[in-house]
Amino acid sequence: MERHIAVPFSEEELKELHAGDYIYLTGTIYSARDAAHKRMYDAICVEQEKHPEVEYSGAKLYEDQILPLDITGNTIYYLGPTPAKPGQVIGSAGPTTSSRMDKYTPLLLSKGLKGMIGKGKRSQAVIDAIVKEKAVYMAAVGGAGALLSKCIKESEVIAYDDLGTEAIRKMRVENLPVIVVIDSEGHNLYETAVADYLKEHN
Amino acid sequence: MRTLHTDKIIEAVKEMCISANLYLADDMDGKIRQAAKEEDSTLGKQILNQLIENMEIAGEDKIPICQDTGMAVFFVNVGQDLHIEGMNLTDAINEGVRRGYTEGYLRKSVVRDPLLRENTGDNTPAIIHYDIVPGDQLEITIAPKGFGSENMSKVYMLKPADGEEGIRQSVLAAVKDAGPNACPPMVVGVGLGGDFELAAKLAKKALTRPAGSHSEKAHIAKLEEEILELVNKTGIGPGGLGGKTTALAVNIETYATHIAGMPLAVNMCCHVNRHKTVVL
Repeated sequence: MERHIAVPFSEEELKELHAGDYIYLTGTIYSARDAAHKRMYDAICVEQEKHPEVEYSGAKLYEDQILPLDITGNTIYYLGPTPAKPGQVIGSAGPTTSSRMDKYTPLLLSKGLKGMIGKGKRSQAVIDAIVKEKAVYMAAVGGAGALLSKCIKESEVIAYDDLGTEAIRKMRVENLPVIVVIDSEGHNLYETAVADYLKEHN
Repeated sequence: MRTLHTDKIIEAVKEMCISANLYLADDMDGKIRQAAKEEDSTLGKQILNQLIENMEIAGEDKIPICQDTGMAVFFVNVGQDLHIEGMNLTDAINEGVRRGYTEGYLRKSVVRDPLLRENTGDNTPAIIHYDIVPGDQLEITIAPKGFGSENMSKVYMLKPADGEEGIRQSVLAAVKDAGPNACPPMVVGVGLGGDFELAAKLAKKALTRPAGSHSEKAHIAKLEEEILELVNKTGIGPGGLGGKTTALAVNIETYATHIAGMPLAVNMCCHVNRHKTVVL
């Protein structure tokens, strides 16, 4: 089933996303990969240790300038693009391997992150957190960076400029093609798709 | 004795970095197109068609095929009768990489220290493997290597008694473990024999051999075909989402080894298996 969906997701629409859905995203998302995740994660941990009595929501982390964006309800694309040439919005812009973000993901989900776009398997801890926080994990086609770059209509580095390709970008996307891999109920397409294929073709 | 100035080497390396990242070699292009025709999973076919469209956009608009334009890996055959003039050859290759990745708007993906992780800003240093060969030419092969697939690579120190079955099962295990992470359809580079580090180097070198070519040794060529068939029966498929196209090729390179061992390295590469050779 192919559908066009707005990001950030509405709560109702997110519930209706199922593993295996081929969807096109339009709206605002953010890029972040290894180094940006580590920096956000460390910043949250340091603050929580300093003030264990304070409840840090995604909104409060942003207000207190601990995180450079309010992750509440938002979607992060695991992406480090090639540099844009003059006249381009962004360079090649395909997904990177998500599992390297697994260590940092449950904490970000607990602070309100709702969507992740990457490629490849996730840890059980991440899958459990996706279910608990009612979030969704999507895959973009790995190695299709030129094609995916065409769906990014605006891109602006909003934080961690010193990280170069790993900086956090705010991006406006139009019809970004992704496949729902792990839905808010924990269905995992990587597990079922291969098994289903083998059942049908053997 | 023939003389070659490093200015020519720098220019050639710069151009190779750029073109290898924009245009997939004919062997890979052909294999992906063939797979798209033959894939029997609907989603798998859709993904392969996206990859074809991606290659076309990359070539037309000069956008790198993949955002991971890799660490620049080189295999350099230096003719022993060639005199290189100008600067140190390694410095020249790195200067070519620096210019190629900067002027070509390629991603700088190299950090100076594995733990401190400060980006070098120009994608240097490259990884360069030299061989001294007869003649007076310089043959340079570049293989920009992305790390989504590199991270799924493995070295197995097999025993002689493990035999062909041990090889088949080990490669298969590596492919299954890689699954969607290595951006299937993959090319599987296998190094067999030598010692611990040579097996790994052979596996990388195997990736630079055209997809669809076979080892000159009949028993190894047969093994390449058998393993490819096994890999494509796993059902992993394009994007790891089911299908019969899990790998486009299995290339095995071999070397003599010790009576006690049978080292086996599996170097995974995604479908963006970039390689380009020039002779100067």
